[in-house]
Amino acid sequence: MAKKKFVVGCFDDEAVLFPAVKKVRTAGYKLHDIYTPFAVHGLDHAMGLRETSLHTAGFFYGITGTTTALSCITWIFTKDWPLNIGGKPHFALPAWIPICFELTVLFAAVGMVLTFCYLCQLAPFVKKHHFHARATDDLFVMVIECTDKTNTDDLRAFLSNSGALETDLQIAEADWWVGSYDKDEVPFENKKEIAA
Amino acid sequence: MHLKYESQLREPLVNGNKDYHQVTEDILRPIEAKPTKLWYLGFYIAVCLLMFGVYSVYREVTYGIGQWNLNKTIGWGWDITNFVWWVGIGHAGTLISAVLLLFRQGWRTGVNRAAEAMTIFAVMCAGQFPIFHMGRVWMAFFVMPYPNSRGPLWVNFNSPLLWDVFAISTYFSVSLLFWYSGLIPDFATIRDRAKTKLRQKLYGTAAFGWTGSTKHWQRHESLSLVLAGLSTPLVLSVHTIVSFDFATSVIPGWHTTIFPPYFVAGAIFSGFAMVQSLLLIVRKVFDLEDYITLGHIEAMNKVIVLTGSVVGIAYLTELFMGWYSQNKYEGYTFWYSRAYLFSPYGWSYWGMMACNVISPQIFWFRKMRRNLYVTFFMSIIVNIGMWFERFVIIVTSLYRDYLPSSWSVYYSPTTWEIGFYLGTFGLFFTCFFLFSKYFPVIAVAEIKYVLKITGDNYKEQMSPVEVLPTEEFAHEYAH
Repeated sequence: MAKKKFVVGCFDDEAVLFPAVKKVRTAGYKLHDIYTPFAVHGLDHAMGLRETSLHTAGFFYGITGTTTALSCITWIFTKDWPLNIGGKPHFALPAWIPICFELTVLFAAVGMVLTFCYLCQLAPFVKKHHFHARATDDLFVMVIECTDKTNTDDLRAFLSNSGALETDLQIAEADWWVGSYDKDEVPFENKKEIAA
Repeated sequence: MHLKYESQLREPLVNGNKDYHQVTEDILRPIEAKPTKLWYLGFYIAVCLLMFGVYSVYREVTYGIGQWNLNKTIGWGWDITNFVWWVGIGHAGTLISAVLLLFRQGWRTGVNRAAEAMTIFAVMCAGQFPIFHMGRVWMAFFVMPYPNSRGPLWVNFNSPLLWDVFAISTYFSVSLLFWYSGLIPDFATIRDRAKTKLRQKLYGTAAFGWTGSTKHWQRHESLSLVLAGLSTPLVLSVHTIVSFDFATSVIPGWHTTIFPPYFVAGAIFSGFAMVQSLLLIVRKVFDLEDYITLGHIEAMNKVIVLTGSVVGIAYLTELFMGWYSQNKYEGYTFWYSRAYLFSPYGWSYWGMMACNVISPQIFWFRKMRRNLYVTFFMSIIVNIGMWFERFVIIVTSLYRDYLPSSWSVYYSPTTWEIGFYLGTFGLFFTCFFLFSKYFPVIAVAEIKYVLKITGDNYKEQMSPVEVLPTEEFAHEYAH
């Protein structure tokens, strides 16, 4: 966890944002992220992000659920306590389909949501730096990471020319930390120790 | 730049010349304002009902099931009727959010949040009935399969009643996850606009530190889509399994193979009716007529007339089979206990027919589908009708069984039986009032997503696209 320097450009229209993303990438700047108030389709492709494999994880959680249900019920009804129900077979597969199905769905859903929260580092009390308060309202906030060589003034002018309504230079923590929102925004690692 | 193209002929789903910021303002206004007197009044009434329900349940738990008028043949009375009724209502939310998402129905975005909330509260209410019907409710955990010191004595995995335990609890959990994952971005919007520290803190905690990163949105979309894909068979399975509670028995009137589709159609029917009742009030009180438009209401009324007719066909099929099977018991149940108006419970069958089959046919007329008063009235009628349906199925099949000596006396509920039912209304509306005040009743982020495709002001600008040659259109919009 370390603080980095970022140049922030805010757009208010997807139609302006997409060409701007293309320009920024062609110019070779390092796109940190784009914060949007809703899922803008195609933006992930424009940014060159790879497809998420969350759904593959969901599939594996699902089959885990199926096998859990099937193996548990089989063990219980054929080995642990074989119950004679009207002389029907102990291994009564058709009757177990509903429960196997329900557990498949349950495991897949719970597993995927937990994985989603883990991947996106989402949890109660987690705090992240917000580059612009209106990123969850009506602005598309493009954040570009600066290196030592980046001329920030040039970059800000470049963003303005690409259609950014406002640009900003921020030194911020890129990672998450735990804290409260009303305290100062300095993550605990970077707080100066006050010696008594 | 939108990848989805919508014809200009379609009605706009967002009226009133909105932009992104205006959408946020409009939908979050009730959360950021003080609750109105009307809200307090409604909340107070709901809590009173809930308290009455708690007292009724207290009596039932303390003195036993004898507090209800169940008797030797009617072992399931109002309690299971209410259970099935609430579970049915709980079907619309997931249907709207999942099935309509897969079918790419744009209008679902206006109503999905409130419908999902309604689903969750309805399933909570439904769950109370089988739990307290157990009598010794402190042993309710016996339904969970776990290694125990009673043998180990396992539950019966071949029993539809146990399938129900799994179905309802899975349905509740998955609906809750689906609902909450959709709420996270909207909580973040409230957090970032918060004027008070408390609000910032509470919504900040609820928002899980959401920033709106493109990668997170990409995962969020994937999650929503897969959860929708999982919920679609789930929502169909839940009422199918509820119908198995009846269909796998050998009671005349229950032992039929058409129960699963018939119950699912009925569930969607009553669920949409409840969504109509709630949303007609919500859109008026919170000034959301631009987001929940007449188009939305008409679309839901179309679903009501479709599912109502499916249910009607099922009733007629049952009557036909009652005659065609030439089974005396089936014939007696369908043609005497149910369809004969002057039999002890004939009134409930014809009440059901009038409410569920005959009256919804009014929605074949466009003028009626778009009339708010008719819609509201019909939504109440449909819910009464669907309650009757479950009452008819349970009571008319049970009150006279194979042995005439045990034919029961006329069953009517006690005060505490009715009190329990009223109490679940209290629970439902207490939750719904809290939801409508503290949660965004419309999915803000999703409305913004469809705004530039379906907003009235953007639709006007869309005309050049309509005249593009096919090649050019494909080039522009194909991904």
